[in-house]
Parts: sequence; structure tokens; C-alpha cells
Amino acid sequence: MTSTATNPNGSAVETVDRRRPMLFRTDVLIFLSLLALVTVGATVLAQAGFVSTSFVKLLGKTLCLCLAALAMDLVWGYTGILSLGHFAFFGIGGYAIGMWLMWDRTELIVVETLVRGALPPTPLEIEEAIGTQIFGVVGSSDIPWLWTFAGSLPLQLAFAVLVPGAIALVFGWLAFRSRVAGVYLSILTQAGTLALSLWLFQNDSGLRGNNGLSGLQNLPGLDHVPQSTVSLWFLWASALALGLGYVVAAWTVSGRFGSVLRGIRDDEARVRFLGYEVEHYKLAVFTGTAMACGIGGALYYPQAGIVNPAEIAPIASIYLAVWVAIGGRGRLYGAVIGAAVVSLLSSWFTGGGAPDIDLGVYVIKWTDWWLVLLGSSFVLVTLFAPKGLGGFVDLWTNRRSTRRDDLGPDQGSLRAEEETP
Amino acid sequence: MSALLEVSGVSKSFDGFKAIDNLSFSVGEPELRAIIGPNGAGKTTFMDLVTGKTRPDSGTIRYGELAQDLTRMSEAKIARAGIGRKFQKPTVFDDQTVTENLTMALKSPRSPFTVLTRRPSMIERAAEVAQRVGLRSDMNARAGTLSHGQKQWLEIGMLLAQEPRLLLVDEPAAGMTAAERERTTEMLVEAAKTRAVVVIEHDMEFVRRLGCRVTVLHEGRALAEGSLDHVCADPRVIDVYLGRPETADA
Amino acid sequence: MRIVSLIALFLFCVSAQAHAQGGPVQTLLQTHVDDIAKPSRRTIQPVLDDLAASGRPEMVGFLEAWANKGIVQREEDGLFFYAERDGDIYRLRSVEDGQDAGEVGRREATELKPNSGVRKLIATALVQFQLNDPDPDRRRAALDALTRNPTPELLDPLRKSIDGEEVADIRARKEALDRLITIRFGTDTETRVAAIEWMSTQLSLEARAALNAVLATDTVVGQPDSGANIAGLLEVGRDLTEDQALEILAAEDIVPDRVERTERDEVLIAAIEDGAIAGIPVANLDTEDARWAAYGRLVETGDAEPLPDISAVGDLIAANPIYAVFQEPDAAVTDAAQAALQEVENRVLRAEAVDLGLDALSLASIYFLAAIGLAITFGVMGVINMAHGEFIMIGAYTGYVVQLFVPDYTASLVIALPLAFVIAGAAGVALERLVIRHLAHRPLETLLATFGISVALQQLFKNIFGTQAVPLTSPDWLAGAWVVNDVIGISYIRIAIFLMALLFLGLLVYILRRTRLGLEVRAVTQNPGMAASLGIDPDRVGMATFALGSGIAGVAGVAIGLFAQVTSEMGTGYIVQSFMTVVVGGVGSVFGTLAGAGLIGGLQKGIEWLNPSNTLAAQTYMILFIILFIQFRPRGIVAQKGRFVQ
Repeated sequence: MTSTATNPNGSAVETVDRRRPMLFRTDVLIFLSLLALVTVGATVLAQAGFVSTSFVKLLGKTLCLCLAALAMDLVWGYTGILSLGHFAFFGIGGYAIGMWLMWDRTELIVVETLVRGALPPTPLEIEEAIGTQIFGVVGSSDIPWLWTFAGSLPLQLAFAVLVPGAIALVFGWLAFRSRVAGVYLSILTQAGTLALSLWLFQNDSGLRGNNGLSGLQNLPGLDHVPQSTVSLWFLWASALALGLGYVVAAWTVSGRFGSVLRGIRDDEARVRFLGYEVEHYKLAVFTGTAMACGIGGALYYPQAGIVNPAEIAPIASIYLAVWVAIGGRGRLYGAVIGAAVVSLLSSWFTGGGAPDIDLGVYVIKWTDWWLVLLGSSFVLVTLFAPKGLGGFVDLWTNRRSTRRDDLGPDQGSLRAEEETP
Repeated sequence: MSALLEVSGVSKSFDGFKAIDNLSFSVGEPELRAIIGPNGAGKTTFMDLVTGKTRPDSGTIRYGELAQDLTRMSEAKIARAGIGRKFQKPTVFDDQTVTENLTMALKSPRSPFTVLTRRPSMIERAAEVAQRVGLRSDMNARAGTLSHGQKQWLEIGMLLAQEPRLLLVDEPAAGMTAAERERTTEMLVEAAKTRAVVVIEHDMEFVRRLGCRVTVLHEGRALAEGSLDHVCADPRVIDVYLGRPETADA
Repeated sequence: MRIVSLIALFLFCVSAQAHAQGGPVQTLLQTHVDDIAKPSRRTIQPVLDDLAASGRPEMVGFLEAWANKGIVQREEDGLFFYAERDGDIYRLRSVEDGQDAGEVGRREATELKPNSGVRKLIATALVQFQLNDPDPDRRRAALDALTRNPTPELLDPLRKSIDGEEVADIRARKEALDRLITIRFGTDTETRVAAIEWMSTQLSLEARAALNAVLATDTVVGQPDSGANIAGLLEVGRDLTEDQALEILAAEDIVPDRVERTERDEVLIAAIEDGAIAGIPVANLDTEDARWAAYGRLVETGDAEPLPDISAVGDLIAANPIYAVFQEPDAAVTDAAQAALQEVENRVLRAEAVDLGLDALSLASIYFLAAIGLAITFGVMGVINMAHGEFIMIGAYTGYVVQLFVPDYTASLVIALPLAFVIAGAAGVALERLVIRHLAHRPLETLLATFGISVALQQLFKNIFGTQAVPLTSPDWLAGAWVVNDVIGISYIRIAIFLMALLFLGLLVYILRRTRLGLEVRAVTQNPGMAASLGIDPDRVGMATFALGSGIAGVAGVAIGLFAQVTSEMGTGYIVQSFMTVVVGGVGSVFGTLAGAGLIGGLQKGIEWLNPSNTLAAQTYMILFIILFIQFRPRGIVAQKGRFVQ
């Protein structure tokens, strides 16, 4: 129905020259320069003592969240799959790296204690001591099978990417194969996320129940390096990951692959009749972005210091979608802007940074009212500014939008239905 | 002329309503064929069956030299086997440029990982197709900004870019100006020189201009087949059409 | 002493008569004054019978105090009193009503000290009193105490009390206790077997415990005596593990005790000489194998206890078979008990299945109530309302606020239910008009926008009502539970919720099938375009369905709040479950939602039953099941033709 609409703006001309190498495309260049500016700037200011370590960490964490938002934008903004589970992949990445951090550090501490004994420690003793240290909090000292490879950094790093990928692959295969789409898919992903978080909440899940993994900010064997330095390492790593992620994402969404993705979003059936296996594309994007989220989480949680099942709860994934929506879907910088702005604002408001407003009869404390503000402003953005903050970039670049409001990432699921006579 | 598409004994019902009832039909290569029929004759369902959108309750649909069974293939696989479909309403990707629409349709490997790689030559091929459907100057326009007729052409262009062996076209002339119709007819006749084209149409005038064999569909069955004059003389066809207003197939 | 005073206090409360010291109790006691003051086993029984025959409730307190050495006889007049020693004096209280009766010096009164034989007789007499007490609750309490601690002496008074018992459940318990005591202490096989067979018709934990007690076994190494009642030969791998077998053998000194790793290390550390143990450098002992090897050397030199030979366990056990032997020597009794226990267990299993069914039904009705509003709005408008859970919360808080103003719980409930419907319904209409209508045909954006509403509402309510759970109290007549037997029982609130679910089911079916609105709703659900062209105003239908769906959520909130905690986050607990219910059941169908609720409720309870320790895991498995279920029936149990048909 919507496809018959014609645009009174007439024929606008595509401004992006697709033949230029990806790295030198304007938007990519601007983004990379800004990212470099922020990173270098923060480093310099931190070295000079103008910004605190916790601020550097906040910045680093925000960059990781931006990476997750970028992934979310690919999967939702471009492909039209509103996944309410991508933050779970982020959390899994955190758990994977957290297991190594916790294991290795505990091992160092344990060995240090045990060598003081009369007999040199045996591997079994070390393992038992680690088990007691890590799992004592959930009333156990056995080492769950999940921790089999926890002592190996390369394997756990691989898991941070492969486990989210594998879960996304299996889940996506099941869901896409049976043509679950639209809100159904959203609910299904949300349910899957809930199942995962409930499982993690149990004490016998093997991942310390609701205690989660903690002390992740301490790198094993690097106790002598101050956190101010470590935080800068992670800032740079996060910036690198985000920059790389942006370039890969930009490369993916341009060209024919991107066309197919947007085609799936807008009219899935039509793409099928063009001979593309829609399910394979969805699966590729779903899995790829899950892996990207895993990377983001693996970088985020060592900066946050703790990962627990609450991080994986469905609401976190919904927030991820909210960031992307506020930033503006279907444009990569929109996702980054949304994640950065909302998460930084959120830290500012909930961290007590925002001044309370005294109304005389009532004092608005932002720690209490921030969520009300966020929730309502999100509704307002959806209603009145569907393009999100990214829309301001359009205004600024003075780009005449040829995109009609009814041609959003939402349309895919709907059009397939209405086509049926 | 061997049959490219062989539909035999196909039935399909929706909740008791027999949309297609033991239909047999075949089309050769190259051939231009028109399917006409009143409302509810099962024309769109027929297309859905051939393109894999719906599965028949019984019967077989064979295609090509290898006599592949289309009822067991996914829509995408059927499309890759060389069957292109043009919808009644122009369905192009409004949000994307003419170039992007055409590039997506161009015959080439379709697996995600191959598609990720760049092929500059595709832009040139897309330009050629755009030339053929008269959209050369609008290559960078978003499809949503095109006029209705241009969208129809773009869709035909996308079909041509697919280089199908069998083209299924659903009411191509609907809502077109006289000049656009003329142009469309030419394009279809041209296309039918090298491939099989099946046109579903209401407009008798348009069908007459195509000058091809006609199959009359009624209540899910092939009522008559032959030249337009031949079928128009058939009393059963007259029965079916008399008293029935020619409205658009919903 | 405290018990005595409590009992005295109790007596004070129950009997307002007889303030005088020469009341009926004292009079009765004085007729047996010598036997009471100096009781002996031979003479006391007729006295006790006489006291019992009086049937006075005050006698219970006296007998208890007497057995507990809480009674004194005043020297000057020979009267009996409850007494509490306080330094050099006794504080006296009347045996009639426990009222203060002055005090006497330590030497002016004699404490009654019945010997153990007498105490037993008193206790038995006491039981008789308690078992015949007019207050059924006290009879129950007495039965509780007796069941915990049965003795053969109780059998007689117990049997005597059965005939006069009129309360059915107490009578049943008395009969059960009779059998229980017979089984345990009976002397002839026949009566015991009969009692055991009677037990097989029971369900109670006590019955199972009694039968299990009969079946208690000892482990015996080697061939048991010829007269022993052998339960069976214990086989390694089937009945016990290798370690357990070794432990049993070690207890019989057939093999050396196991040496734990810590014991080994202690021995090793003690044997360190010049940085080496038995010639092995300490630094080399960094594997378990090396340490055991070093320990082995110490064993050879006689410096350590030998280790059991684990490789020879099979031979050892073959040479020393381990038997389980019943403590009960009578094989007929144990056989009967085994058969009875099997029977009881089958019964319990069946009863548990029924109970589980009731639980599942109750959970299903909650899910139905929570989900049906969502099902209607989802079916008609094709939008997911993430704030649906908050409508449940609004309903619950409405109930709470009403209770603040209307202290009578029944009246407040009567007001709260319709009010919750109106308030939540109004909130639903507001949401539809202000947000959802403007996002028509953008289902995913609607999902997220309503999520924003959900977040804002939750925090708003948290700011208003605080983070603590607020109480929503049910009226007394809803407080109890309907108990069928020891296994099957269900609380009245859950029954009420079940009835409410039935009511709403009927109401909705009526509205959808018999009213104009229902017709329009079904039309819009099945084909919105066609409905619009027939002159049905989809906006009006949307608003009406939102009012209805949200209103029902509000009512569900009141119901849920009665048994669950009312917090601002309570809605989130139900939202995913509700969606699952709708999706599994089939969108846009009341009966589909019913089926979905039934399936999910039953499934959750079933999984919880299989893995009772872990309700979180149950939810995980349930969701995984649903994900798989959708693979096979993507349109739900009751597949609806309509806008979501693909």
C-alpha cells in the first residue's frame, strides 16, 4: 500500500560516492577523526590529571556500548529485526573474559598462599583452592564444567566471540527458519534472554548466581600497574574496536549486501523473489552482530569490574534498542550518538551529577526522576522525531531528506502481511 | 518447443474454498502467454504456486530440462532457477536508488558472503538495464520518488536484470498512461523473444496487443486456450464473462 | 516454671469461677490428699482415674504441673497449690484458676516429687484428658505431641477416646495414631500386619514414617545369623558406592581406614627431615602421585598407617558380603510394610498429581487473567503493549490505596475491583489515544514506545509509593486453604482467582460473540481493511478493546496483589509470561489464550515438580520449550486467521 506513494521532493541525487574506498568516505572519516579526537584528548587530559580515572573508564565503557548499539542498528535499523536479546550477547562476552580474569587472578593469589606451606602445592590442591575461592560464595567448591578452559586467555577470548555467535546461530536458525518475524521475533528474543538471565541467576548455573563475576578490573599479574593506566589501555582498545566496528559496519551496509539488508527490512517477500535466501542473510547479520556485541562486552566488563545476571536481563537489551531509536535507526552514526548521549546522560543523572530542582513544594531528585524523564522522552522521540538525534545531522548537513517517514525499518514485517489479498 | 513449465493436476484450497482446482498448464520457451479470467479465477494463486509462495495440496509443478519439482523448493531457490515475478502493484524498494534496486536484481551469485564482496562491473550492467527500461537518467534517484509508471518499468528492469527464463507478470498495464502501455507492450514482446513470459491481465485490449496465446482461467480451472479470437468465441468463456463487471482483481 | 505459669494464666482466662480456695478442684484433690502427696505406682492409678472421671478442664493444668514438680502442699492446711520458688519462698497460685494465693516460706510447704513411674501414669492420664478435651484444637495439639513421641501406654486412653470423637478429621487421626502405635509396639504379628495394611490406605507423612520405621535396616558384613530378617544383599554399583563399601569394611576392621589427603599431608609434613621425606626431596612433591608415592615409602618403613587396597575392592566385597538386615525380626511384618509402603507411595503419587493439577490450574488462571487483556489488544490492534504489566501494577496499587481509606477488607475489595478496572481501563485508553494511535502500522516502534511508558510508570510509582512492597490484605474469609488431605490442598485466594478467571472468560466470550462491539472486534481482528470499508471505525474499536484489555489487567492486578507482593516492578514479572501465553495460545483468540495459559501453567508446575528445588530453572526450561513449540506451531495452539497469518 505504501509503495504507491510518490515523493513530491522529486529526484534527489545520492550524495555518497560509492566508488571511493570505504576508509575515505566522508562519514567514516568524520567519525574516525572524532573518535580519535576523543580518545587522544581523554588520554592527554588524564595524563595531565584533569580528568579522573573513573571518567576515563566511563568513556571507555561508553565506547563499548556504542559498539553494541552499532550492532543493534545493523540488525534492527538495517535488517528490520528488532532483537531484544543483543545485550545478552554483550553480557556473555563479559562473562567469557570475566571467567579468565577471575580464574587467573585467583590462581596467582592461591599459589602465592600455597607455596608458603610445608609441601609444594599440587595441581589438585591449586584447583581446589581456586574452587573454594571463586565458588565459596554460592556454597560450593567444585569447579563447574563451564570453567574447564577458564585458565586459558586465548580460548576465553575466543569464547567471548564464539559463544554469542553460536547461540545466535542456533536461535536465529530456529526462529528464521520458521519465518518468525516482526513483533513475534522480538518477543521470542526477549523470552530467550529472560531464560538465559534466569538460568544465570541460579546458584548452580556454575557462574556464581546473582553474585556474578567480580573484581574484573584487576588484571592478573599486573597489580603493579595503576588503574589510571589500565583504564587508558582499555579506552584505546575500546576505541579501536569501535572504529574497526564502524568501518566494517559501514562497509557491510553499503553495496549490494546493504541493499539486500534494507530490502529485507522493507519488503522481505520481494527479496525472496529476487532469489536471495532471506533467512541466510538474517542469520548472517544476527550472528555477526551477536559476535560484535560479544567483543563489546569483553572490553566493557573489565572496565566495569563486575558482570552479573541483571546485566543480561531483557530490559538491558530493550535499552539498547532505545538508544538506537533515540539516536536514529538506519544510520550508523545515529546508533553511536544515541548510545553515547543516553548512557552518558544516564550516568550524569543517576550519578548525582545533575542538580536537583527545587519546586518549593517538591524537590525533584534526578536520581529518582531520571527514568521517568528517559521513559517519557523516549515516547516523545518515537512520536515526534522518529529519525531520532540523527535527524539533526540531516539538518546540519542540510541534506534534503528523500526518506519518507512511513518508510522506516518498521515496514518490513507489515508489508508482507498486507500484500496478502 | 519443449515445455519449460509443466503444471499438472494442481489443486489448492483455502479453508474449503478451491482457489485452484486440478489445473494443468504448460508454457514453452520462448513463448509469450496471457492468462485472463474473471475475479477469483485463481490467477494470483497460480502465480503464488509457481513462485513457491504457497504450496499446492496436490499435483506437481515441473520446471526446466531437469524437470525440477518447484513444490519442494524455496521461493529464493525458484527465483534463482530462473523464474522472475512481477507483482500487480509495483514493488520496488522505495528507500533505495534505481541503481541499488537494479544491482540487487542482477543475475549473480546470491550467497551472503559472495554478495559482501564488491564488483564494480555490476554498476555498468545495472546502467545497461536502466537504459533498456528508460531510466538511465534516474539512476541515482530513490525509487520512492519515481512516478507510478517509472516504478513499473523499474520493476520490469529488475526482472530483466535477473535474466529469468520464465517471467510471470501480474497486470503490468494497470494504472498506466497510454504511452506507458505502449512501451510496456514492447518491452514484454521483446523479452518474450528469448524467454517464456506469462502475463496475467484483465485488460483485453492490452492482451490483444500482445498478440499471443491466451489461457482462460475460471474457478481455478483452465477453461479454454488458444488465440484471443478463438477463446473469445468460446461460449463457455462468454458465459463466464457476461454480466460480470470487469473490476480490478483484488 | 514458665510453662506452669503460662498454663496458670490460661486457666485464669478460661475459668472465671471458683475464686475461693475451697473450690471443686481442691475439694476433689483433698479427698485423695495422702495418695497425691505421697504417690506410688501401685496406689496412684485409682486416684488418677477418679480425677479423670471428674472431667474438669482445670485438671489438665494440675496434672501437668504435678508431673513437672510444680505443685506444693502447704504444711499448715494440706492444701495444694501451683508454686514457683523464688529464693526462700514459694509464690502460690490457686489450683482452681491460677490466681495469686499468697506466698509461704520454703520450709512451710512441701514440693510434690512424683517418681518416674508415677509421672508416666500421670502423663497417660493427662493424655486421656487432652484427647477428650472439648476444644478440638487442643485435641489436635495433643495428637501432634503424641504422634511425635508415641509410647505403648498411650494406646489404651487413645482407643477409649476414639468412640466419643465426633470431629471427623480428629477421629481419623486418632485411628491412624492407634495403628501407628500398634505397628511400632504391638506384640503379635497379626495385629501389627493388620495395622500395617490399614496404613496402606493412608497418605500422611506419619503413615509413611511409620512404615519406613518398620523397614529400618542395619548393615551387616558377612553372612548374618540364621534368624535374621534379611532385607537383601547390597551390591557395589547398585546399592552403594565403592567408597561406601570400603567405609563399611573399614568400620569392621577388614580393611585399613581410608587416608584422606589432609591426613596424608600431615603425616608427610611430620616426616620431613632435612628437606626430604623418606629420601624424596620435598620440592619434588608437587603432584598428587608423588605425594602418595612418598606416603607409600613411609608405610613401608612403618612410619604411616597402611592404605586400603582400592584395586582389590571387588575381591574384598566378594569375601565379605554386605547385607542389609531389618531391625524388625518378623519377616511377615516387614513384607507387609514393604507392600503397604509401595501402596502408600502410589497413592501419594496420585494425590500429588491431583495437587499439581490444582496448582497448575491456579497458575493458569493467573496467567490467563494477566494475559487475556494483552491477547485482546494484540489481536485487534496488532501491537504489543509493553506497559501491560504496569496496568496490572496500577490495579494492585488501586487495591492498596482503597484499603488505606476503607479499613474493612471485604468492603475495600468490593470497591477496589471495579475501581481497578476503571482506572487501569482509563490508563489504557489514554495510552491508546495519546501514543499507540499515532504509531499505527509501526508495530515495532509501538513496542518500544510502550516500553518507555512502562519504564516511566514504574519509576513514577516507585517515587510515589516507595521501593518497599506495600500490603494488600485479603479478607479473613479468603485467608485459609481448602485442604482435602495431607497432600492435596489449595488456598481460597487461588480458588477465588480461578473463579474470577472463569467469570472473565465467560464475560469475554459473551462480549465477543453476542454484542455489537464483539462483532466489530472480530471483524477488525480478521481483516482490518475490510472492516474499515464496512464502516467500522477502527479507532473506536481500538479504544474500546484497550479499555477492556487494560481494565481486566487492572482487576488481575488486584487479584495478584492479594497473594503476591505489590511493588512497582510487579508487572515486569508477568509481561513476558503473558506474551508467551498469547503467542503460544494463538493471537486474537480468547480460547487460544486459555489454552496457552493452561499449557504454560501446567508446564511450569510440571517442570517445578520434576526439579522442585529450583523454580528459576523451571522458568528457563519452560521458555526454551516455548521457543521450540513455536517452531512447530508458529501460529499458536488456536491458529487464527487474521492479520498475522503469513
